Amino acid sequence: MSTEHASSKRAYYTVFLVLLVCTYVTWQIAYFDLGPLNTLAALAIAVFKATLVVLFFMHARSSPRLTWIVIAAGLFWLGILLVLTLSDYLTRLWT
Amino acid sequence: MPDQPAAVLHEHFAHQFESLDHQKEVSLLGMWVFLVTEILFFGGLFLTYTVYRHMYPSAFAAASHELIVWAGTLNTAVLITSSLTMALAVAAAQAGQRRALMAFLAVTMALGCVFLGVKAFEYYTEYVERHIPGHGFQFEAEYAQPAQIFFSLYFMMTGLHALHMIIGLGVMAVMFWLSWRGTITSEYSSPIEISGLYWHFVDIVWIFLFPLLYLVGRHVH
Repeated sequence: MSTEHASSKRAYYTVFLVLLVCTYVTWQIAYFDLGPLNTLAALAIAVFKATLVVLFFMHARSSPRLTWIVIAAGLFWLGILLVLTLSDYLTRLWT
Repeated sequence: MPDQPAAVLHEHFAHQFESLDHQKEVSLLGMWVFLVTEILFFGGLFLTYTVYRHMYPSAFAAASHELIVWAGTLNTAVLITSSLTMALAVAAAQAGQRRALMAFLAVTMALGCVFLGVKAFEYYTEYVERHIPGHGFQFEAEYAQPAQIFFSLYFMMTGLHALHMIIGLGVMAVMFWLSWRGTITSEYSSPIEISGLYWHFVDIVWIFLFPLLYLVGRHVH
């Protein structure tokens, strides 16, 4: 049990450093003109950071399957909310 | 029932569960279900933001440029650090290290206060610069109307997030008290774990708010 705790603590510090580096990259990359890729890059890094927090800090990695189903259901409904609404708003000017 | 394992007779054990582990699993799952409702709660605001940003891209870039980017970046780092100390607090609780648990909870709360302090400084700056939507709002005439939409969303989203931080600080204060009283043990650490899930969720919301609010069109201006 104690070795398991020690290794999970090492993982916490590693995740922490990766999150800080990602924050720095998000901040710096915003000053380069990448066109629509700016927003895409910012969101991709944010999703990566959120995934790390969920997997390691929130222990989803070692959580029961039922927890995974709850998380997946939440993301699925968020997907419905975003995709269905935006498929209307983002395409109104299309001809 | 002489055959019951000792854990079952724990003072915080509720009789409808098979074991303390079962009880913990169920309470953690309950927190996850609550967090799903929170995802959809914030999701609506992110959706509104996307719709309006798509309608007024240049106004959103100009308005976003008025926010203090170093403050947003600093606060991101502060929240990430508080997530680390929260994760370490959970580890300390599971290991039954009461002093370490109290120390990590205290640092987590202190970082939460730093975040809110920086946020208050930002709100005050926006107030001085007349960026509060309403009669006193001032902005380049070309973008005045849509910039008000940006700032309405900015204050709603960061305000709702700050409210979650304040609630989180209240929760952590109760957790600190429970730890100090010795209620939290390696057998019974679920209150800390559940509060940790909430704290990390609030961190995740900020991870998305930061680039979407502070970094729109930084390269243009």
